[in-house]
Formats: sequence, C-alpha cells, structure tokens
Amino acid sequence: AFFWLVSLLLASLVWFVSVHLSDQGNARLQYGLLVFGAAVSVLLQEAFRFAYFKLLKKADEGLATLSEDGRSPISLRQMAYVSGLSFGIISGVFSVINILADSIGPGVVGIHGDSPYYFITSAFLTMAIVLLHTFWGVIFFDACERRRYWCLGLVVASHLLTSGLTFLNPWYEASLVPIYIITVCMGVWAFVTAGGSCRNILKCLSCKQEDDSRVMMYSALQVPFED
Amino acid sequence: MITFMNNSDSEDEPCNERTSLMSAESPPVPSYQDGLQASEAGEAQTHRKRQTGSSRSPNNVADGDVSDLGVRVRESALENEEEELTLKYGAKHVIMLFVPVTLCMIVVVATIKSVRFYTEKNGQLIYTPFSEDTPSVGQRLLNSVLNTIIMISVIVVMTVFLVVLYKYRCYKFIHGWLILSSLMLLFLFTYIYLGEVLKTYNVAMDYPTVILVIWNFGAVGMICIHWKGPLQLQQAYLIMISALMALVFIKYLPEWSAWVILGAISIYDLMAVLCPKGPLRMLVETAQERNEPIFPALIYSSAMIWTVGMAKQDTAARGPSQQTWDADARENHSSPSHSDSQISETRSPVPSHPITSLEELEEEERGVKLGLGDFIFYSVLVGKAAATPSGDWNTTLACFVAILIGLCLTLLLLAVFKKALPALPISITFGLIFYFSTDNLVRPFMDTLASHQLYI
Repeated sequence: AFFWLVSLLLASLVWFVSVHLSDQGNARLQYGLLVFGAAVSVLLQEAFRFAYFKLLKKADEGLATLSEDGRSPISLRQMAYVSGLSFGIISGVFSVINILADSIGPGVVGIHGDSPYYFITSAFLTMAIVLLHTFWGVIFFDACERRRYWCLGLVVASHLLTSGLTFLNPWYEASLVPIYIITVCMGVWAFVTAGGSCRNILKCLSCKQEDDSRVMMYSALQVPFED
Repeated sequence: MITFMNNSDSEDEPCNERTSLMSAESPPVPSYQDGLQASEAGEAQTHRKRQTGSSRSPNNVADGDVSDLGVRVRESALENEEEELTLKYGAKHVIMLFVPVTLCMIVVVATIKSVRFYTEKNGQLIYTPFSEDTPSVGQRLLNSVLNTIIMISVIVVMTVFLVVLYKYRCYKFIHGWLILSSLMLLFLFTYIYLGEVLKTYNVAMDYPTVILVIWNFGAVGMICIHWKGPLQLQQAYLIMISALMALVFIKYLPEWSAWVILGAISIYDLMAVLCPKGPLRMLVETAQERNEPIFPALIYSSAMIWTVGMAKQDTAARGPSQQTWDADARENHSSPSHSDSQISETRSPVPSHPITSLEELEEEERGVKLGLGDFIFYSVLVGKAAATPSGDWNTTLACFVAILIGLCLTLLLLAVFKKALPALPISITFGLIFYFSTDNLVRPFMDTLASHQLYI
C-alpha cells in the first residue's frame, strides 16, 4: 500500500506541475493533461510493483537463508497475492472513500445532468479495480520470476486499457462490460498461473477425503519444492 | 477558556516522556545469573553472554570434547537461531502494535469527523500563547515557531524534572503526580467527551446516570491502570486515555503550531533517546542499572505477566525472575500518561533450564511495549489530517499508512540494533510528508479524476 501511495504521489506531482505550467483556461488541454496524468500514474504503479517485487525477492532470500530448512516461510506466490491485494485495496479505497463519504450527505445524484447511476457504477468499477490489481499482482510476480517479459507487457497494457476504458464513462455499457470481461480473463489467467486447474477446482468442491493423497504428500516432502 | 488552560497543566506531562523503543532482545531485566555483568555491558555484550551462556547448557559435555571448529559452528547455529527468533518475534510484535495504534487512531478520527466540538476553535493552551490570527504569513509562521519553542522547552523541563526525581528515588512524588494526571484524564476529560458526544447526537441523559457512568468508568480505569486488572481492559483504558489526550491537543493547538510542534518533538525525541546525555536515555539506563522496569503502566504493553497466575506453573525454575516481577507488580509502577518509552522486555530464562514449559512462558511473555506519548502523537497527526477543512478522507488514510509503515521500520531497526530507539521520528516524518503532499498534490488530482469518473 505504501508503494502504491508513493507512486500516486509522484504521478500527482507530475500532473500538478504540468497543470500549473499550462494554460488553465483551456478545457481541452486540461482534459488532455488529465489523460496524460492518468497514463503516467498507471506506468508508475507498475514500476513500483516491480520495485516491490525486487524488494520482496531480497527479503525472501534473506528469510530463506535464516530458516532451518532453507526455505522461506512465505512462498513467492503468497507474497504476490498479498501484494496485489494490498495494491487493490489501497487503490480502491482511494478511489471510492470520498464518494462514499459524500453519499451519506444530503443531495441528489446527477442533478446537473450527469448520470444518476454514479454511485452504483463507481461501486462496481472499484470492485473490478480491486480484483484486477490482485490478479495483476499474481501474474506480474510470476512473470518476473520466470522472466516472461511478454506477460509483463500484457499486464501493463491491460492496466492502461482498463484505465482508458474508464474515460468512456458516462457510457457505461462501453466501459463497465469490457472492464468486467478483462477482469474475468485476468482472473482465469492468474488462477492458471498460480497452479490452478479444472481438476483442482473439482477436488476442492467435492471435499472428498482421498487416502492416497496422504501418501503423495509424504513423498512430496522428500522432493525440494519448486515454485 | 481559562479552565482548560489550567487543567491541561498536568496533561502535558504525558507527552514529555521517553518515546523510545527498546529491543525485545535486550534484557533490561537480566537473568539472575548475568545480573552484575549485564548492568554494565551494552546490548552486544549481553547478547554474546547469552550465547555463551546457552552454550553452557546441556550441550556442555559435548562441547568440551569438540574441536574449536565445532564450537564455532554451534555458536553460529545458535546465532542463526537467535536471529530467526528475533525476526519471528519482530514480525509478531509489529502486528501486536498495529492493532492498538490503529484502534486509537480510529477513535480519534471517528470523533473528529462526527463531533464538531473538537474542530471548533475555542481558545488556546497556556503553552501556546501566541495567536495565529495574524494577517501576514510571516507573522503567523513566527508565532507558530515561538509557540513550538515554548512547548518544547516546557516538555524538556518536565522530562528533566522527572528524570531527576527518578534518580533521587522520589517515587512517591512521581506516583502522586501520575495518579493526579490520570484522575483528571479519566474523570474530567471523559465527562466533557461524553457531554459533547451526547450533544452531537442530541441524546438526553440525566445527571444521576452521568454520575454513575463516569464514576464507574473512572474508578475501574484507575484500578486497571495503577494496580491490577485484566490485560485487555488495561490496554483498552490506555488506548482511551491516549485518544482523549490526542483530542485535547487537536482542539487546543492552533493549526501551524501543531505541525511545527509535531516536527520538533520528533527531533527532540531522537536527541533525547540517542544522545548520551539525553534525559530519556539516562532514564532508561538508570532503570536498567536498578533492574526495574520503567513505570510499567505508563507504557502500553501487549503481554503483561501476572505472577499470581503464572506462579503455579514453573515455580522452581522461574523463582528468581518471578521475584523481580512480584516486586514490580506490587510496587505500583503503573502510572499511565507519562512514559513514552517503549521497552520490550525479554525475560530470558535462566539458560541452564531449557524446559519446554519455560519456553512457552517465554513466548507469551515476549510482548512489546510502546509509550503512550507515541500513541498520542500518532493520533494527533492523523486527527489533524482528518480535521482539515476540505474533509478529504484520502489524506487521513495516507497519513495512517505512512505512520504504520514508519512504525514497522522502527521495529525493524529495533530488531537490528537491539537498544532503546525513539518511536516518533520515522513515523512522524513519513506522516508529515504524506500529509502535506497528499493534501496539496494528490487531492486535486483524485478530485479531478473522480469528477470525470476516471480510474487509474
């Protein structure tokens, strides 16, 4: 969360400086600068996610050397999940908390001609963003670990795409639906990256007590676990 | 508001104290055998002694036969284990401190956002005599700096006074002072707080009920804090009085003075704890020499040991350490609002008794202590962020995250350095940076994005 905040801070600084250096009366220019600021912010967020990955990798190595069996107590996948989740939470909270605070007060939504569905769509968008950040975290860390840089590029591109889609915003069909499609795709991708498969889901859902799995676990202990 | 100016007199003492952290690994209450040596030695030495002490444990016979290499390997293995334990407990300590700090901040922010009283300007404390209602910016800045100088000098004087009293063993005076201040906090400030909350929600309450409620709250609080009580109730009371104190500061410190004071007090904290002649450092060292914990109830402790309960388990082995704790518990060292020192005490068991039940006790006892002044100043920062006229929640959240990360880093440094550390500087620095940058840079950005419903 701290890393996300720092990235937001830097992006705001860039936007602020650009706004103050430019002509404040020109509405189109200001909108353009806003788009620019949003793009810079997305890129900075991903850059800080990478920096966080580096930091966690170092910490992971340190923990591994200190522990008894040479493995760190938290796997890199768990760290990826936590990192993605925390990015998502802080991002979602920052986007929505002021809206929530305003929604308590007296007022009428969209009285000046804006959409009356502002609150509900904001809620859905925030949920999508939180989920997306979680999935992106998992995919990103795995991609960095296995050095699959095309995956990294795809994550950054999809983030930019999502942010760009929100620019279509009062036209909710064009923004919400694609964003949710992207969310579902990212979710499936992250699930597969984390080692899930149809068999795992079925096994989990069936809640069967498999005796032979205990034997398998024992033999798995002998083999060094590779992430 | 003359009455408040006088009342806050003894309330400022809470903030004088040591805002210092001490490592979980450093034994301020050294084990009986190491008693004499540990009181002179620094952290590193005691650490080494504990290692050699533990290598004198049941492995003794084997050690004697093994070559130098073997001994060195064993020592490095022990060192590794120590480090691992340090990190493991370090992480646990972080979590144990996050919860009370968060709770205190939540109480303060909730009150600030709902009760108008604490954001209204109704006069100033006697310690900040210069008003900030001046027309020019330069004059206002000058006034706030002067206010800060006065406030910090009052705090320094009080702290030095307290250290002198402690050195000359005037315990009764200190206890009386602390009891008086906690009485005031628990009764008067709670009464005012209750009154304002009831006013905000327009709920009527008759005087007999108020008297009953306040009397019970205050009396139980005094008993819990100064004597004995369930750990969680004591923690809850300490959090509540920290929140009340923070609210008083938020109300009565003028805008700019509050920020300058926060900055100045973290610098003071840094100097007072780390400089060799700093009052807080002298206090900690004196307490270590005398083998006493420093005012245990002025500090928030996450794992209190009640010897009455523990006595039954391991009397033989824990005999010596138990005696030290019994003495402490009876000595009424608990006065809440003053010491800001964070002292994590390890009660390292006597090394020659590696009984498992002992180790279990050991794990429970490795609590972390954080001074109440730290709670107060963290909450003041977050409360001031919440009280900004723009009503922005992002600023409050950013400050909250910044303070918690600062606390995390401080605890990490504690695990590395294993000596008394100030808890304020890093957190307050991060908090201040994030407050000013979020309020001025991020807020317009996020507001503009939200007005177009853009997400980043």
